[in-house]
Amino acid sequence: MQTGTTTAPATAPGPSAARRRGPAAAVLIAEARLFLREPGSLFWVFAFPSVLLVILGFVPAFKEAQDDLGGRRVIDLYVPISILLAMITAGVQAMPPVLTAYRERGILRRMSATPVRPSALLAAQILLHGAACLGSALLVTVVGRTAYGVPLPGQPAGYLLALLLSAAAALCLGATICALSRTAKAATAVGSVAYLVMMFTAGVWLPVQAMPDILRRVVEITPFGAASQALEQAASGSWPGWIHLGVLALWTAVTGVAASRMFRWQ
Amino acid sequence: MAIIEVDAVRKTYAGRPVVDGVSFSVDEGEIFGILGPNGAGKTTTVECVEGLRIPDAGTVKVAGLDPVADHDRVTQLLGAQLQESELQAKLTVREALELYSAFYPAPADWRPLAARLGLEEKLTTRFAKLSGGQKQRLFIALALIGDPKVVVLDELTTGLDPRARRDTWKLIEEIRDGGVTVLLVTHFMEEAQRLCDRIAVIDRGKVVALDTPAGLIRRATGSTVISFVPSRALTGPDLTRLTALPGVASVTPPDSEGTLTLHGTDDSVTPFVALLAELGVTARRLRITGTSLDEAFLDLTEQDA
Ligand SMILES: Nc1ncnc2c1ncn2[C@@H]1O[C@H](COP(=O)(O)OP(=O)(O)OP(=O)(O)O)[C@@H](O)[C@H]1O
Ligand SMILES: [Mg+2]
Repeated sequence: MQTGTTTAPATAPGPSAARRRGPAAAVLIAEARLFLREPGSLFWVFAFPSVLLVILGFVPAFKEAQDDLGGRRVIDLYVPISILLAMITAGVQAMPPVLTAYRERGILRRMSATPVRPSALLAAQILLHGAACLGSALLVTVVGRTAYGVPLPGQPAGYLLALLLSAAAALCLGATICALSRTAKAATAVGSVAYLVMMFTAGVWLPVQAMPDILRRVVEITPFGAASQALEQAASGSWPGWIHLGVLALWTAVTGVAASRMFRWQ
Repeated sequence: MAIIEVDAVRKTYAGRPVVDGVSFSVDEGEIFGILGPNGAGKTTTVECVEGLRIPDAGTVKVAGLDPVADHDRVTQLLGAQLQESELQAKLTVREALELYSAFYPAPADWRPLAARLGLEEKLTTRFAKLSGGQKQRLFIALALIGDPKVVVLDELTTGLDPRARRDTWKLIEEIRDGGVTVLLVTHFMEEAQRLCDRIAVIDRGKVVALDTPAGLIRRATGSTVISFVPSRALTGPDLTRLTALPGVASVTPPDSEGTLTLHGTDDSVTPFVALLAELGVTARRLRITGTSLDEAFLDLTEQDA
């Protein structure tokens, strides 16, 4: 009967041994384990943005200072862009199918029949994807610094603020996609379209700072256009524009409220 | 004392009443069964007891508490096995048991429970890799893991092999002997007959019968079946007299082997024997059998089905 339990005392493991941690912590630990069992998500969120940065660094022209970028190099711009890519992937691509599947398969429902609210499961998932974003951001920063000598952000506090707001916006957008999608399949489809749009606005194909004026004005209204501008400003040493931070905060608030209002538990 | 009280519960989906004024109460320490055809409203009813669905009208009380308003307290004393649910695909059996243990203030030890349900060799297997019956056993374990006072089991043994089914019945009896109240939805008459103290038969959202298993059988029309091969062909008047015997509900004409079947009651047997003697007919291959709960169930629910 005690097979496989190495540490439990053979006499009486008892209920207290089975209950070492609180419910919320237990959910978080279990979900963290599950998160680590998804190599696909881990690669695209955690490794791919850094890989992209390294590949872009192979283009010699990207490592030359450019006058129309205020003397900065293209590779410098791609550090915040890669970080945004990680956030968009985590929030919009990776998280929605997981949450919709939890609802679709009755996992949330089964949990509703216990003393723990199924919202604990959602909170754990949001927290884990948020942590993955920030971990990936750190990795991109370190890779940029060591491989291509990209300077660390000149305005670290403003940079961190913009970073946290961007992550929150990505996760709230992802949560809204879950709330609106009936099935995991639909969530994946909607997420893929949103993913492409957001990659464009974040400047993955063409940095926002290099976009023509009119296009840039439009893109700045979107969460990741604003995020891109805010991060770039903080990276080059000034406090990010309040207008950009405001746009980000507004998107976060609106999608956050929408998601929590519209989310169906079953 | 009643620990579950369901009073005039109604639930409507898209204008169609699915549960239509269901009332019953379950006493502490009782095993109470719910039988009924597919779509009768059994799952809807028990999920109102679990607080997972909100009745449109009527009241439900579990240990005096409202399963919706007092959801937190009700879930601490009620363990549920749902007819349809899953766990995270990559969660192992052991992790699931540990996780759900952490949800309850005073959980049962999951190790003996897993052993009892034959899961100890599967502890490191992920949920998605379990067979249907193994998933079912895991859900039974999860229903019991909080050391509940009431367990609600919706199609407990569906998907279990005959041995696992019998083992599970024993487990349920042991749990009841420990003072736990069991509310059981089932399609297996043998299960209902063996386990249940009382049974409610639900058909089209209404309770059509509520009795002990023996009571239900007795109540069914044609609960005694007499079949025989008459030594000579019976004439029309003979058949009329057979049909007129006390308690006889129907007489089925001879089949290809000449077997005649009477559906009657216990009271039909003696007059039947007397009538045969009077007619000078001997009954070959005579069989007198009581109906099973199966037939009682069909009888109670078949009207205009
Ligand atoms: N959420 C829902 N929305 C709409 N209709 C529903 C819903 N849940 C159940 N129904 C309908 O209510 C009826 C009763 O369903 P229920 O699941 O309670 O039946 P059941 O007695 O448990 O049947 P079974 O033996 O097949 O499990 C069915 O006709 C079903 O289609
Ligand atoms: Mg059902």
